[in-house]
Amino acid sequence: MLRYSLKRLLQGLVTVFFIATATFFAMHSVPGDPLASDKALTERIRANLEAKYGLDQPLTTQYGIFLGNLLQGDFGISYTQENRRVNDIIREHFPVSATLGILAIAFAGLGGVLWGALTALYRNRLPDVLIMLAVILGISVPSFVFAALGQLLLVQINGVLGFSVLPVAGWGTVAHMLVPSLVLGLGTMAYLTRLMRSSMLEIVGSDFVRTAKSKGLPARRIFTHHQLRNAILPVVTVLGPAIAAITTGGFVVEMVFAIPGLGRYFVQAVQQLDYTVIMGTTVFYGAFLVFMVIVVDLLYGWIDPRVRLE
Amino acid sequence: MAETAFTADDFQPAAATESAQTVSRPSLSYWQDAWIRLKANRRALFSLYLVIGLSLFTLIGPLIWTVDPSLQDLEQISQPPGANRDAVVVMPHRPWDGTVRLPEIRGLELAEPATTQSVRLAWAPLPNAAGYRLYRNLFPAGEGQALGLPLFETASLNERHFEDRLDLKPRTYHYSVAALDTQGRMTGAVHRLELAVARVVTAQEAQAMGLVAEAGQLKPGDRIKLRAHPLGTDYLGRDLLARLMAGARVSLFIGIAAPLLFIAFGVIYGAAAGFLGGWADQALMRFSDFVVALPFLLFMILLRVASGVQPGESGITPMVLAMVLLSWPAAARLVRGQILQIREEGYISASRLLGGGAPYLVLRHMIPNTLGVILVTMTFAVPTAIFTEAFLSFIGMGVAPPTPSWGSMCNEGIKTMLTTPHELIFPALFISVTVLAFNLLGDGLRDALDARMRSAE
Repeated sequence: MLRYSLKRLLQGLVTVFFIATATFFAMHSVPGDPLASDKALTERIRANLEAKYGLDQPLTTQYGIFLGNLLQGDFGISYTQENRRVNDIIREHFPVSATLGILAIAFAGLGGVLWGALTALYRNRLPDVLIMLAVILGISVPSFVFAALGQLLLVQINGVLGFSVLPVAGWGTVAHMLVPSLVLGLGTMAYLTRLMRSSMLEIVGSDFVRTAKSKGLPARRIFTHHQLRNAILPVVTVLGPAIAAITTGGFVVEMVFAIPGLGRYFVQAVQQLDYTVIMGTTVFYGAFLVFMVIVVDLLYGWIDPRVRLE
Repeated sequence: MAETAFTADDFQPAAATESAQTVSRPSLSYWQDAWIRLKANRRALFSLYLVIGLSLFTLIGPLIWTVDPSLQDLEQISQPPGANRDAVVVMPHRPWDGTVRLPEIRGLELAEPATTQSVRLAWAPLPNAAGYRLYRNLFPAGEGQALGLPLFETASLNERHFEDRLDLKPRTYHYSVAALDTQGRMTGAVHRLELAVARVVTAQEAQAMGLVAEAGQLKPGDRIKLRAHPLGTDYLGRDLLARLMAGARVSLFIGIAAPLLFIAFGVIYGAAAGFLGGWADQALMRFSDFVVALPFLLFMILLRVASGVQPGESGITPMVLAMVLLSWPAAARLVRGQILQIREEGYISASRLLGGGAPYLVLRHMIPNTLGVILVTMTFAVPTAIFTEAFLSFIGMGVAPPTPSWGSMCNEGIKTMLTTPHELIFPALFISVTVLAFNLLGDGLRDALDARMRSAE
């Protein structure tokens, strides 16, 4: 187990190195340069700025400096907000995104397991049909549409009631978090519901359920202790992709709901071509996603010893 | 115990009936069989009709609804479907000298009926006024609230009339005129007026818009209808139906071209790895593992930034290329697995025994036998690609304006979501229906084509 973990960790580091390299060279192959903005610069100022940001160095030297800084955890200074370091941006805004993401994962996980179990319990009856219809909708509608519709609905509800039940946009209190995180988790919830349903149905026909029945266990106990526990296992495997989906989905949800998270800053930096912020946040997000996938894989091996032998 | 008496007849072989040997039903190929199973699946058939309908909408639609998707109808901006299109023909505008044919002016009043051509206002004197300022607002302003857009200011007490011609729309406006003191500050005394503006056009404008062939056909007072927009218009007055059709071309092109290309590449790559085996297989698969580990959307954004789409370019090609670069490993892995499995089958040995060379084996036996799986993967890749296009265009990193795509239309629509939601809802609906259709079709194809992958229903 330890050896496997170390091997995965090493692979992850190599991937992150590759992401950093790809990011660096991608950003440096962009036509034009970071200083070619709307402001006309004199030769003198331009030379000073290039020296400040190290842009007058050969590309390989710049790459070396970039990697060296990265190893020390330094992502550089923003080009558009000159007194802000990328580290500060990440430190300030990532916790917001993380809170939103964790809430969304919690909604998606709880909802997915609950609805999936319900559909299996009421197989081919009305609740099953209704939930599966909602699942098809959840899988087919893009996250930004859910975000927009969620906001529209909030405006309507607040308008009808005449006072603000839940805030329409912004961040700060728990009330601000509910709707965005629910919206962010919806797609994943639909996906998990489908997975949970097929996993439950598979387990209903398994030997240990039949044994439990023949022992005379009450149906409720079989459901909670035998079916549900075993059916949740496959749900854990897709947590990795789910985290990736929720992280990138956060970009648009943060945009629509005006939440000061890292995703919104990333999108903004991309739109303004803020090179250092793009490089920094891409490497940061890349490393985060790569290691989340590893953590989920290791977690799965720990929960289900059967998959450890691989 | 009684003895059974056997006769010689008992030892005759049973008569082999000829009918048991013949095949009573026509033999079916793999694809015929799959088609029959697909037809029996109601959901899959429904999705197939949806896909056909969407293709017709994309390919035939623009031939029927020939409105130019980039043409701006400035008379009808952000109009929802089914909006009132009536307009009254009027004379061309003539300057106003301020004469008011009203017996007496009380407060703020209309000197003539309000039209989109001009709103002519006159007002009674306000107490202690050294001057006046006129405001226009879209909403009624309460006590202490800003009165809206200042249109006109005067220090002359006799000049108590104004003609508003500033970008008038057929809707309700709230005008107010405030009294100013000698320093130009508002004293607090205000006249208010709420009025509805009627839509008018001149005969010349109607001819320029193509509503009538000759301006002379219209006389002032005639009622005509402005251009029809079945699904309304967007914030620049462009026809939404025409834009949805043009956007369908872009979105569906990306949604189909990208999976086609990356699956083709993946098939070649995977087949090569699976067939070569050993050291080459290991090296090829390590590399694909690497590409899989890259965060997909993050790299899509990065590649888009790196490709540096210039103004005037649509950005479709870089997006398809980026998708191909990042998405092929899934198909490659799948095909490799299939090839490894098929390699051990009896019919491959038989073919090899009969003298089939490596290319022949791969092309004639291995790839045709994986086609079913490839087709299913392809069908499921289409919604993913459409989602990716929509997501990237939505954050402004996809198809560049003015090229319409469903994603970029959503991006534009969300800005006016609260007042005119139809600009967001229609493209969003098309994305959802397309994704839904391909997902259901994929489910149906999987059930029909591959017994091993049949879903547990």
